[in-house]
Amino acid sequence: MQERELRDLIADVKTGQLPRRAFVQKMIAVGLTAPMASMMLSHSGVAMAATAVPYKPTKAGGGGLLRLLYWQAVTLLNPHFAVGTKDQEGSRIFYEPLAGWDNDGNLVPFLAAEIPSKENDGLAEDGLSVVWKLKRGVKWHDGMPFTADDVVFNWEYARNPETAAVSIASYKDITVDKVDDFTVRVKFAKPMPFWADAFVGTAGMIIPKHLFADYIGGKSRDAPANLKPVGTGAYMFVDFKPGDMLRAKLNPNYHVPNRPHFDTVEVKGGGDAVSAARAVLQTGEYDYAWNMLVEDEILTKLESAGKGKVRIDETGAVEFIMLNATDPAVEVDGERASLKTKHPLFSDPAVRQAINLLIDRASIEKYIYGRTASATANFLNAPERVRSKNTKLEFNIEKANAILEAAGWKKGTDGVRAKDGKSLKFAYQTSINAPRQKTQAIVKQACQKAGIEIELKSVVASVFFSSDTANPDTYPHFYCDAQMYNTTMTQPDPQLFMNQYTSWQAATKENKWQGRNVSRWQSKEYDEVYKQAEQELDPVKRAAMFIKLNDLVVGDNYILPLLRRPKVSALSGKLIAYLTGWDNDLYQLASWYRET
Amino acid sequence: MGKYILRRLIIALPSLLGISLVLFVLLALAPGDPFGELATNSNIPPEVREALRVKFGIDDPIFVRYLRWLVAMLHGDWGFSFSSRIDVDKLILQRVPTTLFVVGSSQILALAIALPVGVYAAMRPYSIFDQIANTFAFVGFSLPTFFTGLLLILIFSVNLGWLPFVYRVDIPATGWHWYWEYFKQGIMPVTVLGLFQAASYTRYVRSAVLDVIRLDYVTTARAKGIGEGKVVIKHVVRNALIPVVTLVALQMPAVFGGAIVTEQIFRIPGIGSLLITSILANDTPVIMAVTFVFACLVVIFNLLADIIYGWLDPRISYR
Repeated sequence: MQERELRDLIADVKTGQLPRRAFVQKMIAVGLTAPMASMMLSHSGVAMAATAVPYKPTKAGGGGLLRLLYWQAVTLLNPHFAVGTKDQEGSRIFYEPLAGWDNDGNLVPFLAAEIPSKENDGLAEDGLSVVWKLKRGVKWHDGMPFTADDVVFNWEYARNPETAAVSIASYKDITVDKVDDFTVRVKFAKPMPFWADAFVGTAGMIIPKHLFADYIGGKSRDAPANLKPVGTGAYMFVDFKPGDMLRAKLNPNYHVPNRPHFDTVEVKGGGDAVSAARAVLQTGEYDYAWNMLVEDEILTKLESAGKGKVRIDETGAVEFIMLNATDPAVEVDGERASLKTKHPLFSDPAVRQAINLLIDRASIEKYIYGRTASATANFLNAPERVRSKNTKLEFNIEKANAILEAAGWKKGTDGVRAKDGKSLKFAYQTSINAPRQKTQAIVKQACQKAGIEIELKSVVASVFFSSDTANPDTYPHFYCDAQMYNTTMTQPDPQLFMNQYTSWQAATKENKWQGRNVSRWQSKEYDEVYKQAEQELDPVKRAAMFIKLNDLVVGDNYILPLLRRPKVSALSGKLIAYLTGWDNDLYQLASWYRET
Repeated sequence: MGKYILRRLIIALPSLLGISLVLFVLLALAPGDPFGELATNSNIPPEVREALRVKFGIDDPIFVRYLRWLVAMLHGDWGFSFSSRIDVDKLILQRVPTTLFVVGSSQILALAIALPVGVYAAMRPYSIFDQIANTFAFVGFSLPTFFTGLLLILIFSVNLGWLPFVYRVDIPATGWHWYWEYFKQGIMPVTVLGLFQAASYTRYVRSAVLDVIRLDYVTTARAKGIGEGKVVIKHVVRNALIPVVTLVALQMPAVFGGAIVTEQIFRIPGIGSLLITSILANDTPVIMAVTFVFACLVVIFNLLADIIYGWLDPRISYR
């Protein structure tokens, strides 16, 4: 999809021919995130939809107890230290960002008085700054007023490397000035197309200056408020036992009228996903369970008890196979899979093309994941190739055979194709997990029919996903021919996400395998387009560039996307909850209620 | 006796030191690191991960890390958890009462079943009662706790809906209602652990009593016209209990181990589930502390067994 087509579509939205929502969905279908599509519209003068969530209760409180179940327990309550989503969720009960992302990609103000735009002079024409106006009259749970000083402090806190905040990426390259008590200006070093990052969404939760000011940098761990949060959110802290139970109660001074509905909230942790699903869907002991990594068959069975339902929200996460561009079998200067080598089999485009044709994505979706994943041929979005065929996913064993035959790979007596003395045999690894092992088997079977032999390998997840530089079995080492995993898109903007295929990100011994380009696929064109996209202020042009980047990486068949993985949660029957794929599950907790 | 205990404790020190060294090296050599979860998060730059590793000293040589741990430990500093960033001793103390409650109640249940059943079965060997008891004991310790746990959940929580299967420490209730709720949620885990233990204790008690009941002094006691009940309790059971006490004491650490699985199934926030989650998160300081506590338990219960042994059988002296 090129720039002109995007502009035509935007014009259709403007004239009312295309509903806003349909546009966003179209963009998601070609893989851009909903927030990015929405930013594209707002830049073109289509106002962000004012998203008021339907909320029935007419007064705060009276909803009793809300029981949330996290099979991965919350372990800490400082959003800047949140090692996993679970900790962000726990923090989000108490803390709020300036704004968050709803499911359609609209910015929803929480602590901001309004969303910055060109019309309200929030966004600078040169893209070098953004002005946030803060909501007045907001108080921290201890009664202190919330002001611009708190916002500026969060920037100082998170960007300090000594603090060791995991949110540092959003804060280290910006400067934040206090304009007045209720206005801050965020300045960027270079034009910033995606300005809604700092203070927004999962990395944007704001902690109070008056409780953390003495604990900046090296002393960050000692802050008593790390375990006893004092925020601005709808619920106040009661009690916390790390890894087990977190309790909160209604904040009587919450800055939104008539909210929240529940008098108390408790978050229980531990156990496994299946029994968590059971506690909501089958026995009704809990109201909500987070991240249902459970086979759909089981979920459907549990749902039949009629006590609750499964909820699915699209995200940017993608399950994919990557082929190694370098040779893992050869050691150069003490390094396997060195950039100086080329993979003996995959360097032939015909082999990669054939493998792509041998992946039966539709069956993997249908028989393994069910509702909990949808087949895709795209890493970020649908490339042109797919669009022209109306996004058809191709699975074609004959065609794969023909391509290999034509490229000179002949079948031997053992049924395995070979060329120049090299057999089409390779190893394919992933982390131990039932759906993944089943997917491996499906791919292996189809490849066998085309004369490709695959040796399957599986590594314990805790090893596979570790950053241990000494362990050769981690996924960044990629000392294997092919591997499969799921990568999440935690930011609604694809810039950091697409960074993982730039040449300079290649994971090597030199950078202790901390580089994010794990497949070590390199392309000059990709690098150039990426650099342009980083600076492009026109969201439409920029979107076209990201689509181009996806086309490049997917079109070369080193990266073989399989499935989009949505967020799956379980909700009890009467609970009305507003969830989104682009922010924390609890981002709208203040507006959750139970129907009577 | 005081001297004996002191000497035993001093001997225990080097062994604990050895255990800690082995544990530490094993953990250091084990794959994975506490920041694995950050790895697939595209929002977190690799430098941050690197900085965290440096800050927490994960990349230092094993030897340096061990010495640092040891010195801190001697100062009473157990370190802090990488994943929750709070002090390990606090984390453990928060969970010990729950484990003690569950494990303690299950031990009491196990002994309450095993002692009478074992003694009665031994007094009438090969009777129908003995055979039934034997069969149950056999079935009991053949079934692993994770199986019986799930079975009970399926029957009592899912099908009948009588008992909750999520164990909680904070029960939002007061007075008698609180006790009732606490009791109710404890039924399944305590039963699972208790029956499992009872099964092996029963067989042990039976054979121990069987050994003693035929000895001459018992026959003498009977010949003197002492009532059967008195013979059994005063002459048989007291002597038969000596090996049983040792077994129970030595089994204690293993019971904590068995509780690891049970705690996971019922979401009991005890030290067993703490150990599991820490292992999954590669949270080294917590794993070290919990396993070290287990090691200390083994040493302490061994000592306790020896002391009780001597008290029950005066022929064994403390030297």
